[in-house]
Amino acid sequence: MTTPSSRFLLVAGALMLLALLPLLPVPPFWITLLNNIGIASLVTIGLVLLTGVGGLTSFGQAAFCGFGAYTTAVLTTAYGFSPWLTLPLSVAMGAIIALPLGLITVRLSGHFLPLGTLAWGIAIYYLFGQIDLLGRHDGISGIPPLAIGDFRFLSGSSIYYVIWTFVILTALAAQNLLNSRIGRAIRALRGGGQAPEAFGVNVARAKLTVFVLASMTAALAGWLYAHMQRAINPTPFSISMGIEYLLMAVVGGAGHVWGAIFGASLVLVLKEALQRLLPELIGTSANFEMIVFGALLVAILQLARDGLWPLVLRLLPAGSPPSLPPAAADLEKRRPVPAGTPLIRVDKARKTFGGLVAVNDVSFEVKAGQIVGLIGPNGAGKSTTFDLITGMNHLTAGQILFNGKPLSGLSPREIARLGVARTFQHPKILPDMSVLENVALGAHLRGYSGVVKSVLHLDRPEEASLLAEAKRQIERVGLGPYMHRPAGDLALGQVRILEIARALALDPVVLLLDEPAAGLRHGEKQELAVLLRKLREEGMSILLVEHDMSFVMGLVDHLVVLDFGTRIAEGKPQEVRENPAVIAAYLGGVA
Amino acid sequence: MDFTIAAFLMQDGLTSGAVYALLGLALVLVFSVTRVIFIPQGEFVAYGAMTLSLLDTGRFPPTAILLMVFGAAAFLLDLWEYRGRYNAAALLRSAAINLALPGAIYALALVLAPLQAGPLVKALLTVLIIAPMGMYVYRIAFRPLADVPVLVLLIVSVGLHLAMMGLGLVFFGAEGLRAQPLSNGVYMLGFLPVTAQSLWIYGITIAIIVGLYVFFEHTLLGKALRATAINRLGARLVGVRTQLTGVTAFVLAATIGAVSGILIGPITTIYYDTGFIIGLKGFVAAIIGGLASFPVTAVAAIGVGIIEAFTSFYASAYKEIIVFSLIIPVLIWLSITTAVHEDD
Repeated sequence: MTTPSSRFLLVAGALMLLALLPLLPVPPFWITLLNNIGIASLVTIGLVLLTGVGGLTSFGQAAFCGFGAYTTAVLTTAYGFSPWLTLPLSVAMGAIIALPLGLITVRLSGHFLPLGTLAWGIAIYYLFGQIDLLGRHDGISGIPPLAIGDFRFLSGSSIYYVIWTFVILTALAAQNLLNSRIGRAIRALRGGGQAPEAFGVNVARAKLTVFVLASMTAALAGWLYAHMQRAINPTPFSISMGIEYLLMAVVGGAGHVWGAIFGASLVLVLKEALQRLLPELIGTSANFEMIVFGALLVAILQLARDGLWPLVLRLLPAGSPPSLPPAAADLEKRRPVPAGTPLIRVDKARKTFGGLVAVNDVSFEVKAGQIVGLIGPNGAGKSTTFDLITGMNHLTAGQILFNGKPLSGLSPREIARLGVARTFQHPKILPDMSVLENVALGAHLRGYSGVVKSVLHLDRPEEASLLAEAKRQIERVGLGPYMHRPAGDLALGQVRILEIARALALDPVVLLLDEPAAGLRHGEKQELAVLLRKLREEGMSILLVEHDMSFVMGLVDHLVVLDFGTRIAEGKPQEVRENPAVIAAYLGGVA
Repeated sequence: MDFTIAAFLMQDGLTSGAVYALLGLALVLVFSVTRVIFIPQGEFVAYGAMTLSLLDTGRFPPTAILLMVFGAAAFLLDLWEYRGRYNAAALLRSAAINLALPGAIYALALVLAPLQAGPLVKALLTVLIIAPMGMYVYRIAFRPLADVPVLVLLIVSVGLHLAMMGLGLVFFGAEGLRAQPLSNGVYMLGFLPVTAQSLWIYGITIAIIVGLYVFFEHTLLGKALRATAINRLGARLVGVRTQLTGVTAFVLAATIGAVSGILIGPITTIYYDTGFIIGLKGFVAAIIGGLASFPVTAVAAIGVGIIEAFTSFYASAYKEIIVFSLIIPVLIWLSITTAVHEDD
């Protein structure tokens, strides 16, 4: 039987071992290996953020490492800078180089960033070897060691402490970042850009942020490497090292910060073992480990795509379930709109795709406190109309007003900011994240903390308020018991409710539901109807797209019926039900 | 600029550009059909060139052993897949494709290698040894990952590149090899000498482009490949076996890689890791073509070759830097002209 504290003891024990190791009579070779693991871990932590969490990747991290190393090498040897002064400069160099490369690739589909870094990584490697200032292929030697006062970190076992302090601080910072508002946005990137954009996350910016951060940790590793080796040349910054770092991230499990350290350790120990073993087996001493590394990369992605760290985690005693910190303050709320105020006005909206008129001059209105249903048979133009309101698609003609202001030209993000929250016909949730975290993503726009605050944990009061709000919405829709479960565990009906809770976390003026009842069982539909009525009583305005007549009939205040892109009827459900045009559309025309 | 030098450099650029064009086309082909960004394409080039140079000196090419290794690995994976479901026909078929075929090629190489046959025979044998590797590589690395994101396929691709490059080192060693040209001789085009090898390069490149065109336009399999490229699910629904189109794409890529190796092997010394850099130049071209357009890729490849030729004359130390940095303006241009991609 494990108690929550046994995990804590394990971590404490590991830290103690790490701290005492250089004092024990271990061969210096081990210390060197551990130093290399530490430096590789730093690069890999950045890659884990980028690859596993952000769904992007880079083969060029070794090149960023090189920028950090060369920055400090040049400044300390040629200009007499103190190594501590070059630390921020080296890290900044990583960011400066990453920013333009990131800017030009974040808008392209995911594989252009890695391809860009591949070509760029090679170019940079050759460049290092050509520049006189950088000592060409010979590199730069005589780099001063790190020093505090008179103590110089010359020996492997002294710089060991510097390296591992940086590793642990960086890992904690990365962990802090992941458990924050920005971190949730970055983690949401993996599920595609639509859902995060609909909750106000600037997807391109989130990608750029994570790429720049990864490059900064690589540059930090380079800075440490330069002062550990005290001599550098282009070799460790080549594309093959870049690929090796990616292998470490994949082995560790590209989604776990601590897995990065595990992956770096495993790969470097394996490399050491192979370099001793293989020459004895084959007889020559070349870099044969690349065969094993290559095969390992392929095998892990085929057999254990989440890497090996999750397997290790399973062996460890379970951690305690997360407890929500008490929130000091509630999040700001919008002023409620008086019932009956027109919220959304669709005025002769028209959308054509080539010659096809998908939405043909449709007009209707959603008033505050109402549930309005937009119904029609398949292909009636409901979803297109919905996309026009949410900014996923743009009007060909006509206009859509929200609170009297036109929505045309606004992005989904800006529309979300106005207080229009939505769900998706095909739910877009993040199955690996908990229900709580999924819902907290919906409150993204109600927080303001950025990367720096998150990393330093200065965002805690706000984060507590965000999570408290997410909890409130989860309880409001009745998913309380599932709060800490991975969202992937929920049934479809619950997933749709989760999406509603996420939308509510935005504190919306109006809720847009895209076929919320599709695929639900009868009982689930009834529960959904009860929930929507409850929301209306609490003053929420709802526009829902459906094709299930029986679901909407008893629920909505107002119905708009579309057929072939044209509004064929509008009014109270009872009137619409008796409208001959509607009957014809649903049951087929009367011959 | 001296006109004579310019003419020489143009010819040089055209020659290597033609080879890059072949590689770029293979990359676009594989990507559009299977979504795999095929980094190891360059390894086939190195394998091809080094196999040919060993055959030139009457030595036995170790790639034939490598082919058997790949085949055996594919067979073992098939066995594992069939476990528990005894199916004699499928097993026999797998043994024929994965064991008998490489065995037969190995035997042929064993017989032909010491005979010092003519250059065309050696070239054909080289292609025969390399081409089936495409099939095994697909079976081993990519077939088990049919529906994963492009990014995962890309990382697998890089892993495969690493393994294949390492195998190249084991089998060929670290020394460079240079093959004999398909035919010797120099023709004078005015003042400009044109080697017979460059004529071979132009001719074969054009022949392969025409061949691909005919294949895609006029054969059922070619049309199936195009259908898969346009819409995988749709193609599957109308009965196209996407595994078959996948295998075909990889075999074509390996064939084109081997041919490129045969063409470039006599012009430049090939080391076990040269293929990677050559393949990546095809990549620069393929990316300019947005990994989608065959004609743009071919034209871009010629451009890459010419730029490379001129930079190697005027700033030879910066040759690779300039060629690989070409990708930056291309990405900027793509970023400006492409609509935002939502999902892969």
